[in-house]
Amino acid sequence: MIRALGVRSRLIPNTLRRFGSSLVIVEHNNSNVEPITLHAISAAAKLGSVSCLVGGSKCSSVAEEVTKLAGVTKVLVTDEQCLENSVAEKITPLVLSAQSKLGVSHIVVGSSTFGRDFLPRVAAKLNTSPINDVIAILSEDTFQRPIYAGNAVVTLRSLDPIRCLAVRGTAFPPSTISDGPAASIESFPLPGAEALGSEASDLVEFVSVEKHKSDRPELTDASVVVSGGRGMKSGENFELLYQLADKLNAAVGASRAAVDAGFVPNDMQVGQTGKIVAPKLYIAVGISGAIQHLAGMKDSKVIVAINKDPDAPIFQVADFGLVEDLFKAVPTMIKLL
Amino acid sequence: MSAGLRVLVGCKRVIDYAVKIRVRPDATGVVTEGVKHSMNPFDEIAVEEAIRMREKQLAADVLAFNCGSSKGQDVLRVALAMGADRAIQVEVDDPVSQKLEPLHVAELMEKIVNDEKIDLVILGKQAIDNDAVQTGQILAARLGWPQATYASKITKDGNFLTVVREIDGGSSTVKVKLPAVVTVDLRLNQPRYATLPNIMKAKKKPLTVKKLSDFGVELTPHIEILKVEDPPVRVPGIKVDSVETLVAKLKEKGVLPSTK
Repeated sequence: MIRALGVRSRLIPNTLRRFGSSLVIVEHNNSNVEPITLHAISAAAKLGSVSCLVGGSKCSSVAEEVTKLAGVTKVLVTDEQCLENSVAEKITPLVLSAQSKLGVSHIVVGSSTFGRDFLPRVAAKLNTSPINDVIAILSEDTFQRPIYAGNAVVTLRSLDPIRCLAVRGTAFPPSTISDGPAASIESFPLPGAEALGSEASDLVEFVSVEKHKSDRPELTDASVVVSGGRGMKSGENFELLYQLADKLNAAVGASRAAVDAGFVPNDMQVGQTGKIVAPKLYIAVGISGAIQHLAGMKDSKVIVAINKDPDAPIFQVADFGLVEDLFKAVPTMIKLL
Repeated sequence: MSAGLRVLVGCKRVIDYAVKIRVRPDATGVVTEGVKHSMNPFDEIAVEEAIRMREKQLAADVLAFNCGSSKGQDVLRVALAMGADRAIQVEVDDPVSQKLEPLHVAELMEKIVNDEKIDLVILGKQAIDNDAVQTGQILAARLGWPQATYASKITKDGNFLTVVREIDGGSSTVKVKLPAVVTVDLRLNQPRYATLPNIMKAKKKPLTVKKLSDFGVELTPHIEILKVEDPPVRVPGIKVDSVETLVAKLKEKGVLPSTK
C-alpha cells in the first residue's frame, strides 16, 4: 500500500501542485467541531482549496457545521460506529484513502494531542516528513515552526510532494461562517480490508475516555487565562484563581510544578509539553517562569505576573508585574473587578 | 513472548533543558559547542519504564538506542548505568546528525527492531530540541504496529498493553496488541539516578557502534532548513506598586472584559 501511494503521489498533475489543495481532518466530539479545527481550516485556506474529512459516529451535525465555514468547498463524511473514538490506527487508512481520492497536496490538522497522534502515522505511510506546530505558511512548501521550547524559529522547505502539517491554533485566526454557498457533502466509505492491509486487524482497542469537566472556556481558546504555579501551595488554593477567572470569564491554567504537585489535573498544564495559549490577557500567579512554561504563553498579548520574588524570570516577559504575596493580591483583585 | 519482552528504548542527546539556548549569528542553527547536553528528559522516563518492566520480569532485555554524533555514547552509558542491558549507537557525522529528521531515525530503528527481534519500543513523546512529537508514530506506521502515545500508565495484560494516555481535556485508555510502540509522557514515572557503582558497571556493559552503511540506508532529506532565528522579543514591561494600579493599567489597555 505504501508503494502504491508513493506512485500516486508522483502522478499528481502539476496544475494541482501549483494551486495547492488541502484536506483538513476535522477534530470533533461527534456533535461539535473542536475550535482548533477552525484555526486549521483558515491556515489551509492559505494554500488553496480546502476539503474536510469528518470521520466519526453519528457525526452529521459536525459535517453540517463544517460545510458553512469560509474556505471549505467539500466535506467528506465517514459515519461508522468504529470511528466513534478515533484511534490513530483506524483514522490513518481513512485519511490515506481520502488523500488518494482527492489528490490533495497538503494534509492539515490542528496541533492538538489528536492531530499530533495520527498525522506522523499518515506521513510515514506516504513516506513524507510531517511538520508539526506550524506557526506561519510562507508558501505552499515553506513554513515556520518553533523549536527549543519556542526559543528559536526555524524556516524550512518541505521537499515532499505531499505535505503533512499540524498547525498551531494560536497562530491562525479561526475560520468563520461563510456568506457564500455551503460546501457539498459527500458520504465517504471506509477503505476496504485490502487497502487496510495489516492495519485491518484489531491492533488496538479503545477502552475509555475520561474528560475533566469544566464550565469555564477552553484553555486554548479563552481570551483571558489565569494560571497558577507552585506558589499556590495547594489544590484548595486554586479556588482563589477560579474566583478570579469567573470574574474575567477566563480559563484556568497551571505550570508543570502545580501539576506535578497534584494541585490540578495535567490537561491544565501550559507550556512546551502542555498546551500553547495566546490569549489577550495572561495572568501568571505564583509562577516563576521557567523556559518550558514561557514556551506555552509568551505569545499572549498582555502578560501579568503576580509573584512575591522580585527576581522571578516571569517578570522579564511580563508587561505588568506586581511583586506581592498572591494570597493578598488576588483577593484584592477579585474585589476590584 | 512469555519469556519476557525484548524492549528497545530511544535515548536522544539534547541540549540540557535548563540551558538558555542561543541562535547562531549566521542563522544556520543554535550554538551547541561548549553547551551542556544530556539525555532528553522524556527518554529518561522511557528508560526508567523499560527497567521497571525488567525488574517486574515483564521484560527480558532492554536495549538502549542512540543515533547521532559519537558523543551520543555518553547518554547510552547513562541508560546502561540506570539499568539497560546493552546499547547500540548508529554513529553519523556531526553535519549529518544536524539534519536527521524523525523519519530517518524511525527508518534506522525499524532495522534494529527487525534485527534484534524487538517486541516493544518505548520512546519519549517528544525531544525537547526539535519538539517534533513524531518518531514513535512514524516507527509504528513503518512497522505496521499499534501505537500508544503520551502514556501516563502502562500495564501488561497477556499479549496486550493497557495504556492510559494524556490527551487534551483529560485522559483516554487504549489496549494495544504486542508488538507495539509506546511514547511516554512526563507523569509516567520518576526516573532514577545512576549510582556511582552502577556508572562503573555500565562501562563494562556492551555498547555496539554501527554506521549507516551497516544498514545499507541513505538518509534522503525531506526537509531543507532555510534559516533559524530568534523569536520576536517582547518589549520590556513595567512593575506596578499595587493591585489598584494593575487593574487601572489593564482597563487602560482594554484587555479586561466588561465585568460581570
